[in-house]
Amino acid sequence: MPGASGLLSEVAAAEAELRAAADRDRGGDGAGVAAGDELAAYFDEVVGADQKIEPRDWMPEAYRKGLVRQIAQHAHSEIIGMQPEGNWLSRAPSLARKAILLAKVQDEAGHGLYLYAAAETLGVSRAELFDKLLSGRQKYSSIFNYPTLTWADVGAIGWLVDGAAIVNQVPLCRCSYGPYARAMIRICKEESFHQRQGFDLLYTLARGTDEQRAMAQDAVDRWWYPSLAMFGPPDAESTHSTQSMAWKIKRFSNDELRQKFVDMTAQQAEVLGLNLPDEALGYDQPSGHWRYTQPDFGELMRVISGDGPCNRQRIEHRRRAHDDGAWVRDSAAAYAAKQRTRKAAA
Amino acid sequence: MTVENGQSTVDSQDWPLWEVFVRPRRGLAHSHVGSLHASDAELAVRNARDLYTRRQEGVSIWVVPAAAITASSPDEKDAFFEPAGDKVYRHPTFYPVPEGVEHL
Repeated sequence: MPGASGLLSEVAAAEAELRAAADRDRGGDGAGVAAGDELAAYFDEVVGADQKIEPRDWMPEAYRKGLVRQIAQHAHSEIIGMQPEGNWLSRAPSLARKAILLAKVQDEAGHGLYLYAAAETLGVSRAELFDKLLSGRQKYSSIFNYPTLTWADVGAIGWLVDGAAIVNQVPLCRCSYGPYARAMIRICKEESFHQRQGFDLLYTLARGTDEQRAMAQDAVDRWWYPSLAMFGPPDAESTHSTQSMAWKIKRFSNDELRQKFVDMTAQQAEVLGLNLPDEALGYDQPSGHWRYTQPDFGELMRVISGDGPCNRQRIEHRRRAHDDGAWVRDSAAAYAAKQRTRKAAA
Repeated sequence: MTVENGQSTVDSQDWPLWEVFVRPRRGLAHSHVGSLHASDAELAVRNARDLYTRRQEGVSIWVVPAAAITASSPDEKDAFFEPAGDKVYRHPTFYPVPEGVEHL
């Protein structure tokens, strides 16, 4: 898959850049015990020089808050995202596919943890973020509010949903906040495995029986537009974009990334032998891009505001796991306390 | 994700935060790879194994309670690290080597 290997090399380039940024001599590194304007100037200078902001550096309050919001919602998405695929763990059609899916869901849990840890460097606690998720004060990706109706949906999620996620996340490997950039580098490498396993699953189905092929096509039909909507509202309506770009948190606009995803995916669909459900889809020679129909942003807004097909179910499931697990967490804490007391007494 | 985050607030109901260091291979140093919450050190090691070495990233893991780490302050970094800058004679390249000297 040329698309994915291209993205992987972008991740490697971002990793090399991270090291280079650390070695770069910015000159005039005279922040010292500066206050007020000088701190802000220093912050701007670091961001301007493509260096990384680290947890104990001064940062504008809006930068910190924006990052907490974005990283936390990113983390929540990984955790909630385990549910639609987890739905098929016990029903995977072969042991090999089941083992692969288990590894994938395990990765999602890991991504959630990396991201919560990155958010915590900004001075919030994970418990506080859990609470915001469960009470609906923080959101997660709209995509996980769609149901997984067949086994082929697992493939469509890997190929389209994780594909869209990577296109979105690869530029974040160059984000100005060091802990987030480092977490994204780890995540993107693993996410590439997810995208490829999804492609492989659909490729197999597309070359199977008529029923398998139809199942694959049906899954692609249902996941295509929700995946396009993952890039968020069109640029003209995106509220956080301008500031995020100035602070180098975000590097490309929603529409730019969406186009990149369409270009990549349309080519891969041809190899798969499956159709993307868009009559208007076609390659535009002069621009070198694929024309496509925009997703229904009204639907996106409804899903984000809590009224998608599975919103209630997803949060209810997470809340139940949290509540039912309370006694286990308490037990672990009590056991740790007992061990500490024993060690102190010995 | 970094060593400097000993400051992050740890809720009393939340398990403590641990910083994780992994040594990739024999002969290399342990590097900081991230952090995680766990009720005790043993579980922290097990979770770090699952979380940070799923793809043969390392052969040895250290976990340290984040609260046990003391970090230098970025505010004083110039004053704190300054002596390194004005003692150029600490570097071998400071000393001129006359023409014709070998193996020095």
